[in-house]
Amino acid sequence: MSYLEYNTAYTPTGFRKLLFLNWPVIFLITAVAGAGFLMLYSVAGGSITPWVEPQVKRFGLGMAMMLVIAMVPIWFWRNMAGVAYGVSLLLLLAVEFFGATGMGAQRWIDLGFMRLQPSELTKITLVMLLAAYYDWLPTKKTSHPLWILIPLLFIALPTLLVLRQPDLGTAILLTLGGGTVMFLAGVHWAYFASVIAAGVGTVWAVFEFRGTEWQLLKDYQYRRIDIFLDPTMDPTDAGYHITQAKIAFGSGGWSGRGFMQGTQSRLNFLPEKHTDFIFTTLAEEFGFIGAAALLLLYALIIVFCVASALSNRDRFSSLLTLGVAMTFFLFFALNMSMVMGLAPVVGVPLPLVSYGGSAMLVLLIAFGFVQSAHVHKPR
Amino acid sequence: MRRGPRDTAESARKISRRALVLGGAQTVLMGTLLWRMQSIQVDQGAEYRFLAEENRVKIRLIPPARGLIFDRAGRVLAENEQNYRIVMVREDAGDIGAVLQELTRLVALAPEDISRAIQEMETRRADTAVTIADRLTWDDIARVAANAPALPGVTAEVGLSRRYPMGADMAHIVGYVGPVSSYDLEQLENPDPLLRIPRFQLGKTGVESKMESQLRGAAGIKRIEINAAGRVMRELGREEGRSGADMQLTVDTKLQNYVQQRLGNDSASAVVIDVETGDVRAIASAPAFDPNMFVRGISVANWDALNERDTPRNQQKRPLAAKAVQGLYPPGSTFKMVTALAALEAGVVDPEETVRCPGHLEVADVKFHCWKRSGHGNINLHESLKQSCDVYYYDIAQRVGIDKISEMAKRLGLGVRHDLPLSAVGRGVAPDKAWKREVRDADWRIGDTVNASIGQGYVLSSPMQLAVMTARLATGRSVEPRLVQSIDGIEQPTGEGEPLGINDNLLRRVRSAMYDVSNHRRGTAFRSRIIADAFRMAGKTGTSQVRRITAEERARGVTRNEDLPWERRDHALFVSFAPYDNPKYAVAVVVEHGGGGSTAAAPIGRDVLLHALYDGLPPLEAYPSSERARVREQRRRMELRDFDAATESDRA
Repeated sequence: MSYLEYNTAYTPTGFRKLLFLNWPVIFLITAVAGAGFLMLYSVAGGSITPWVEPQVKRFGLGMAMMLVIAMVPIWFWRNMAGVAYGVSLLLLLAVEFFGATGMGAQRWIDLGFMRLQPSELTKITLVMLLAAYYDWLPTKKTSHPLWILIPLLFIALPTLLVLRQPDLGTAILLTLGGGTVMFLAGVHWAYFASVIAAGVGTVWAVFEFRGTEWQLLKDYQYRRIDIFLDPTMDPTDAGYHITQAKIAFGSGGWSGRGFMQGTQSRLNFLPEKHTDFIFTTLAEEFGFIGAAALLLLYALIIVFCVASALSNRDRFSSLLTLGVAMTFFLFFALNMSMVMGLAPVVGVPLPLVSYGGSAMLVLLIAFGFVQSAHVHKPR
Repeated sequence: MRRGPRDTAESARKISRRALVLGGAQTVLMGTLLWRMQSIQVDQGAEYRFLAEENRVKIRLIPPARGLIFDRAGRVLAENEQNYRIVMVREDAGDIGAVLQELTRLVALAPEDISRAIQEMETRRADTAVTIADRLTWDDIARVAANAPALPGVTAEVGLSRRYPMGADMAHIVGYVGPVSSYDLEQLENPDPLLRIPRFQLGKTGVESKMESQLRGAAGIKRIEINAAGRVMRELGREEGRSGADMQLTVDTKLQNYVQQRLGNDSASAVVIDVETGDVRAIASAPAFDPNMFVRGISVANWDALNERDTPRNQQKRPLAAKAVQGLYPPGSTFKMVTALAALEAGVVDPEETVRCPGHLEVADVKFHCWKRSGHGNINLHESLKQSCDVYYYDIAQRVGIDKISEMAKRLGLGVRHDLPLSAVGRGVAPDKAWKREVRDADWRIGDTVNASIGQGYVLSSPMQLAVMTARLATGRSVEPRLVQSIDGIEQPTGEGEPLGINDNLLRRVRSAMYDVSNHRRGTAFRSRIIADAFRMAGKTGTSQVRRITAEERARGVTRNEDLPWERRDHALFVSFAPYDNPKYAVAVVVEHGGGGSTAAAPIGRDVLLHALYDGLPPLEAYPSSERARVREQRRRMELRDFDAATESDRA
């Protein structure tokens, strides 16, 4: 498969490519990241240390990587999809054996200058591989059971490895992200219906086998679910996170308490206030207006990505862009649901806002592919 | 693999359709998120805002400074001293053992204090400050501060604690404070939240207890912001409290110190009051104790010693009792003025009328004896008081009846509770027929009247009441004792009182008899007279039996007090006022089991009066020459405070 199969009447070259970038997406990403910097500044009590400075550096690095990736033709990345997937799978295995333990789970490898979380990387390489797979697969074979087993295997391998860490949040994101690409590629809806049925069955099994030898989740995961269902059950320990997050969120009111005036986060009532729960700080300080505005920014990013994907006649580009957009959507939707008490606390960061290197870099790399697809789309 | 245009178009259409389905799902999800935001932030915003405030704002009480107590000359009786203590926070200390070891090197700590502190730290929250050592010197604190880097989690704090510079001298008046007990809290209907502050101290006895509400003041309020760990972040606001009111007592510390020393280690008490205003100049009860022991938290050994756990019952002197107001004794012959005035006022006896005293009187087949077996012969009012003849009073009491005697006693301040801010002020008994019916459920007998006539039987009174009686006799007014001179500079009403309404001639006769008690050679207190002409004293001795003398004993001859075991000896009493012409002070002295009033109590009464009149140690010339050597010797043994030197150093 070479670039020759693309019917490209005109492809920009050199620095002219910069003109063809999806600039609205870049502006939106910068705006969201900027909001993130503000919040990190606020939760640090009005200081750029310890969080804003490294976060800005990583954002700069990530943007540079995005632009570099955007300059490289999309068909190169399509050809690299298998390799990328393989590498990320190897890294996941490496974490299994050499990884350091953080927050009760083995998640990252210390590279010296940063801590790499292979599970983050896997979220994007899986989407890439599936997009490449369906690009290669003739459309009429899409719903053939045999050709469905292969992508299922692609999804299952990293998901199982991530679950072993254990990292429920990432496992859910991988499964949903992969499933979305398969759905977009046109796999027959009956498969999805049966998977959903199986999912419901699993949930039933999870609760049914609780406390037996066949228990499917770890005790702490059960506890998280219990507390999600009834946060008042344990207001000082695990339910404390949810209760305090809701108090912080609600106390923002319509217009918030003002920048740096959030008492809940500043006084440490909020758990993980700079990472997974940063949205509560934003909601507390900027109120409903601020929270809704961030949601709007996220929605616009999705809208521009979807528009780019739908206008792209290349199957790989289109699937990849939609897959990235969907993964991005799952990120913030899950995080927000979790913070607002609509979903159990599973440890998903707020994309581009939460403090953390791997997630930020991986997302910007993913948007690099989106940009590359946009720049190199058949015209 | 190359795809044809149709295939590509077909695939693109499929992707678009599916993407639209997904987009719809996304829109629904985002709508849900938006709805949720709106419901938490806008609909329930106020509720969550309230919860957030409750999370962060805590109210702390600022304990007010307790009011100071001064004597009439402005000498400090109770003050607040800075109390340095060391506290430790487990969380900041890290290795508790190592830090404590380091601390022990710098400050002398008792092993039990250390183990108590470790236990407390282990059981309480990690960020709670636990007191390691209390009442440290400034040097200790300085050493701890200088070594702060080696002592993580250890800080020095300063608080206020009560100190009584006059020690035992004022113990029974000022009382003491102590930590609030759960019993204290139960006693109160609606306890002041201040009382729940750890280490808050509350008046337990004496003025500290009775004037608690004025001395305590009101708590200030501090609104502070705390973080999730409960640590104080900043102060949001503060309302200053009100310090307790300062109080000036009528007591003269110099006199009090002298009286206390003069009573020595006897189980005795004495009261000095100003006959004009009722100002209590001294209320001494011996033995006394150091109230400072209670502020610190008294040790078991000291507590047992004060409660005389190891002392045989018959030798107990009850140092914790404020005998001057709590102790109730039969007033003995000091009650004779009451009987005399009751009879004179009723007109049942003429002052010049004589009664024959053969040494005893038979009433209803019972023989009542006079202290003088041979009898006094024919005796009138004046002589009967001077020589303290008993038979005279047996006779006139039967004529006037108990109810009139009781009424006179109450007019003179016996058997009524005087309103003093002291603990357990005794009411005493001035018995009458109704009293006996009510309390003893028995009829009044004539023998009861005979006993009461000489202050025995049911009659009971405290030294304070006897002093009030003497003041009233001296002035003819119903003087009320006053202990608190001013509160926060506001003068309290004096106890001058209304005229008693007793005929002045009668009072004059009684006073003149009292004068002869200590100035006529046949008076019972002649040896204890004052010879300084300006300060001549009038008084009355009393010797009250604490046992019944049986007929057999009497036949053998009455046993002398000195030959009896201590607890069976008579109580010695003496009441007096001086100067006779222009009364200034009244004194009452009771020496428990002291023997005779003239030998044990009268000298003390005289010495105390002289000290009060001279405002210091009187010249030896005021004493009869026969007494001077004894007085000199006695002074040599006394350890009086040097108040003039103390005021000197205060000014420096």
